Amino acid sequence: MIALLWKDLVIELRTKETLASLFLLGTLLLIVLSFAFDPTHPMREQSAPGVLWVAIIFAGTSAINRSLLRERENDCFAGLLLAPIDRGTIYLAKTVVNLILLLVAEAFLIPLFIFFFNLPFLATVARLALVAPVITLGFAAIGTLFAAISLRTRAREIMLPLLMLPLATPLFLAAVEITRDLMNGASYADVSHWFKLACTFDVVFLVVGWLTFEYAAAE
Amino acid sequence: MQNTIELSDVSRSFGRVRAVDRLNLTIASGTATALMGPNGAGKTTLLKLCATLLAPDSGRIRLAGLDPATDGAAVRTRTAYLGHDSHLYADLTAEENLRFTARLHRLADGHRRIDDALDRIGLRAAARRPVRTFSRGMQQRCALARILLQQPGVLLLDEPATGLDVTARDVLYEIVRELRRNGTTVLVTTHDVSECVAICDSAILLARGRVTWSGAVGPADRATLEERLRSPLASA
Amino acid sequence: MTPRTSTADRIVPGAVGLSMVAALYLVFIAVPNDAVQGPVQRIFYVHLAMWLPTFAAFGIVGITSLLFLWKRERRWDHIATASAELGLLFCTLGLATGCIWAKPIWGTWWTWDPRLTLTLVLWMIYAAYLLLRSLATDPNQGAVMAAILGVSGVVNLYLVNRAVYWWRGIHPAVVVTKEGESGLTDPMMRLTLMVCLLAFFLLFLWLLRLRVRTAHLEDHVEELRAEVLEAAGA
Repeated sequence: MIALLWKDLVIELRTKETLASLFLLGTLLLIVLSFAFDPTHPMREQSAPGVLWVAIIFAGTSAINRSLLRERENDCFAGLLLAPIDRGTIYLAKTVVNLILLLVAEAFLIPLFIFFFNLPFLATVARLALVAPVITLGFAAIGTLFAAISLRTRAREIMLPLLMLPLATPLFLAAVEITRDLMNGASYADVSHWFKLACTFDVVFLVVGWLTFEYAAAE
Repeated sequence: MQNTIELSDVSRSFGRVRAVDRLNLTIASGTATALMGPNGAGKTTLLKLCATLLAPDSGRIRLAGLDPATDGAAVRTRTAYLGHDSHLYADLTAEENLRFTARLHRLADGHRRIDDALDRIGLRAAARRPVRTFSRGMQQRCALARILLQQPGVLLLDEPATGLDVTARDVLYEIVRELRRNGTTVLVTTHDVSECVAICDSAILLARGRVTWSGAVGPADRATLEERLRSPLASA
Repeated sequence: MTPRTSTADRIVPGAVGLSMVAALYLVFIAVPNDAVQGPVQRIFYVHLAMWLPTFAAFGIVGITSLLFLWKRERRWDHIATASAELGLLFCTLGLATGCIWAKPIWGTWWTWDPRLTLTLVLWMIYAAYLLLRSLATDPNQGAVMAAILGVSGVVNLYLVNRAVYWWRGIHPAVVVTKEGESGLTDPMMRLTLMVCLLAFFLLFLWLLRLRVRTAHLEDHVEELRAEVLEAAGA
């Protein structure tokens, strides 16, 4: 498993393609979505959490797609399937790598978000720091599984969002609600039910992914 | 350790097409067998079934006494497969690709073995270059180095000499012979009768997912083998 | 496997027809107008009757998907596909009838009512399921992948439910949530509702059976075709 993580991270560090596109796409989405809402409107802050998470999901979706697409060259995916490891381990390793990439991207995007929406820096970062990993893990878990599935369809690029987003509804709602409440000054106890929901989601889909990746990935 | 390959009543379809049809095969340990037959006969499917890349729709497979359905990882420790694709990461160097394999297989003293393998196939000089810069022949040789690292009990090759120059092909044959001497069972798909005769001591002819002929082959059997491949039965 | 007309095949269509006629009569003629909402309210009976098949279908998709992944028997896959198609149909009809009802009553086509939102998400999952099947490069693989989606969807349903209810709970409701069954005081109305529920559920079961049988026959035809081709080639 460590070998798998090492391999993906080395490739990523060397090419930096995924990180670059993640960051740029995320930034672009933040900007475009900011255009969508009137900057002088007092209710603008209400839209902020949504904007952040939409940007992260859409940029993240394309990144997860690419990380699995990378295994296509020279059919490296078959190489992984031939390795003396369980197929579930491949899934977990890919999920962790995607998680790491997304978290790194968020480390850049969240400050940018704070900057655009004129929010208190340290306070926001502190509040999101605990929440972001849990939510992002959920996205990585469900994204990796369905990215593997969508690679085997004829409309790869749209298939992943199409599959992922309806299922990720609870996670997305949790993300937005937690972010909004925390930004409005609520305590962690107030949002704990959302937090538990997100954690449950993470666990459920990690298990489903681990069990079914074999079927999703094989011929 | 016995490296026998056994298939009992194995079938596998792709949609409507029956690629492999109730196949019964036993390949003895330490032998080298060529799989021959027209395109679409099921050779690659059979190889992939043995490599655990595919699961059979029905029937049982046993490799070195293990069942891929239940002991997949253990089977894959002992099995190596080389197909048309090299399964090498283009952005990593040759050495890193090998190091990855060494880690996956949890090999002891990986560094030394990687160096040895690179020397054997003549890629020592290019070891630090990304695989993306390699020619097909070099990539294939790198894949062979990976096999050398693993020292598999069962070696499955799918038309391995395709696109290789003469030197690379000689290296390939030599490695196959060496592994055989160490007790590896080899199963090779090929269209080339000379290749079959060069490295294998028996052959199996497949057509439409079924075995049409099997038996020992030696250098003298070239002509008869070609005849069999051309006969109408072979493409039935 | 030649299809035989079993007793079920003889009775069910008759039962469906009968209950449908009864339902139509009740809805359009027999039941009195709702005191508050007027004649528009009649669509409510049909609207509500759409939900039983929708959720039943979803449950069936989930269970048969799991069975298919486990046992790999084609019939589970057939039932799952049939259920998904019918589920999508009834879900669409339910949403459509809901919108038609909502406009005159609430003055708006759509609200983000938790139940509506949940149903919308459900609709998307159904649609994704069918799209996945049709876009898969290999039909067998497509069946497996769709099964994974089916299982994920059902497993997720509880979480979606909670999330959507909490979401609407915190914000002021755009419109007062609709009173459902509790508003029906007249026994005639209750009867109409029951009959409608029965009629549409029977319809669903019958269509399901027909669709599954069609899928079986399609497979059978393909098998025969393959055999003929092979015999011809030899």
